[in-house]
Amino acid sequence: METALAMPDLGPALAEIILAVGAMALLMLGVFRGDGSSRAVSIGSIALLIVAAFAVISQPDERVLTFGGAFVMDGFAIVMKCLVLAGSAIAIVMAQSFMARENIDRFEFPVLILLATLGMIMMVSANGLIALYMGLELQSLALYVVASFHRDNTRSTEAGLKYFVLGALASGMLLYGSSLIYGFSGTTNFDVLAGVIAMNGMSTGLIFGLVFLMAGLAFKISAVPFHMWTPDVYEGAPTPVTAFFAAAPKIAAMALFLRVMYGGFADAVFQWQQVVVFISIASMVLGAFAAIGQTNIKRLMAYSSIGHMGFALVGLAAGTPEGVKGVVIYLTIYLIMNAGVFCCILAMRHKEGPVEEISDLAGLSQNQPMLAAVFAMLMFSLAGIPPLAGFFAKFYVFLAAINAGLYALAIIGVLASVVGAFYYLRVVKIIYFDDPAPAFAGPMGSEIRAVLAVSALFTLLFILYPTPVLKMAEGAANSLVPTVEAAEAPAAAAESAH
Amino acid sequence: MEIGLAHYLTVAAILFTLGIFGIFLNRKNVIIILMSIELMLLAVNINLVAFSTHLGDLTGQIFAMLVLTVAAAEAAIGLAILVVYFRNRGSIAVEDINLMKG
Repeated sequence: METALAMPDLGPALAEIILAVGAMALLMLGVFRGDGSSRAVSIGSIALLIVAAFAVISQPDERVLTFGGAFVMDGFAIVMKCLVLAGSAIAIVMAQSFMARENIDRFEFPVLILLATLGMIMMVSANGLIALYMGLELQSLALYVVASFHRDNTRSTEAGLKYFVLGALASGMLLYGSSLIYGFSGTTNFDVLAGVIAMNGMSTGLIFGLVFLMAGLAFKISAVPFHMWTPDVYEGAPTPVTAFFAAAPKIAAMALFLRVMYGGFADAVFQWQQVVVFISIASMVLGAFAAIGQTNIKRLMAYSSIGHMGFALVGLAAGTPEGVKGVVIYLTIYLIMNAGVFCCILAMRHKEGPVEEISDLAGLSQNQPMLAAVFAMLMFSLAGIPPLAGFFAKFYVFLAAINAGLYALAIIGVLASVVGAFYYLRVVKIIYFDDPAPAFAGPMGSEIRAVLAVSALFTLLFILYPTPVLKMAEGAANSLVPTVEAAEAPAAAAESAH
Repeated sequence: MEIGLAHYLTVAAILFTLGIFGIFLNRKNVIIILMSIELMLLAVNINLVAFSTHLGDLTGQIFAMLVLTVAAAEAAIGLAILVVYFRNRGSIAVEDINLMKG
């Protein structure tokens, strides 16, 4: 009893504490200095995210538990938290000039992003159902508000309302699943849960709970059949917010998905693998086909992100450390490509305001040849055409699926990516071959230029020096599934040798 | 008749289903959707507390407390978003939320 009352070890949660305290401090700064303080708060937020990233990196690689086993810090958490923090920092940077032009540059925006990020890194470290739920809700509640941030705009508020209603439904299902899992296993801790399942197997109640839990998680990564909110929210939300939605929350939710499946339900692979294979195929196929008819670029990116989450789920479905490695590589590359594409979308504006139709891109190759070239290259990369980074992202997840014996899944995935290439290439065709539309107004902000340059260089040069990303992903995978690794590695090596 | 765990679970399951149907079948008002969401979360609380007593383990009741707190925050944010939406659109009828489709 005395140990339970003792102060928990706060060291592993250092980054979370920094973000929580820092977000409160910046909120007070904003409130006291009034509306003119948005720039200062933004800069402070970015600095805070960088400090938190250092706090994450400084953690030891081995697995540390704290808060009575509800919070875990390991190599996997370090990598995923760094990705999430990077995604959030990029989103704040990209938002600056857009928010100023639209007259919504309020200090609440970076603070809300910080709070959402805090929720996300909590999710990544969750080692129990309660921590999972609290992290997820902290993230979601902040994101609902951010989606409707343009509060005088009907579309933005409608996006927020739709996101809220469907998000709350998903949280409810996730929670119902959690309650069943708790009831039928007697624990909320993933480590204990794994032990219970290894000993007693999956009871019907646990399977029901698992299905509900997966439904909630699938909603958060916008996998089919829980994707309905994505196109509307992406279209309605302000563009920098869409850019944020497409990256960091997806990464955090996917990390949580991996943690739950490979941690708590490691011995129930047979049960969850079928479900993951189904939602993966459905997401890839729907993402590819539904995007074809779109005319709005943000809506197109929504379907693109549904498809990409389907591809990432291929790695999850594999159920091997190699699959985890594939997912981490996929998410890293997706995060960076996505930031670049949204920088290009942010450049799409006329004097009267931003434009979002794909047809507005016509003639970009003559008006802004450099931007056109980068946009086209990022589209090729999203389509997965070698030698760009997007190809390697797909390569590693499909490799994992084939080594795990999921041939049908890999084949359908490749076919879906061929269909998907059509709508990406259509954008390229409009940029280069259609009759010119009016040119876009003004130069891009220097911060957008910088993000775009980094993204483009990474996408282009990944093939020359992929080792750091591969090493990082491998380390993350090994720390998440250390026990399986020893048994699987020789088998996988033998299979790839054939 | 002894009221056992199964009865509590049945009540919770019925309430939860009512909540889900309330969200999907309701064609009138967004406020009803907010009430349905609340109903789902409370059904989960019944589940958690019933399991907690059945197992003789306090974790479920702590979880229920946290769910209550989050539900309050969720309702506050939902109503706030609803208010800004109403200011722009002048209506909170479910069939009017149709600006974006496809």
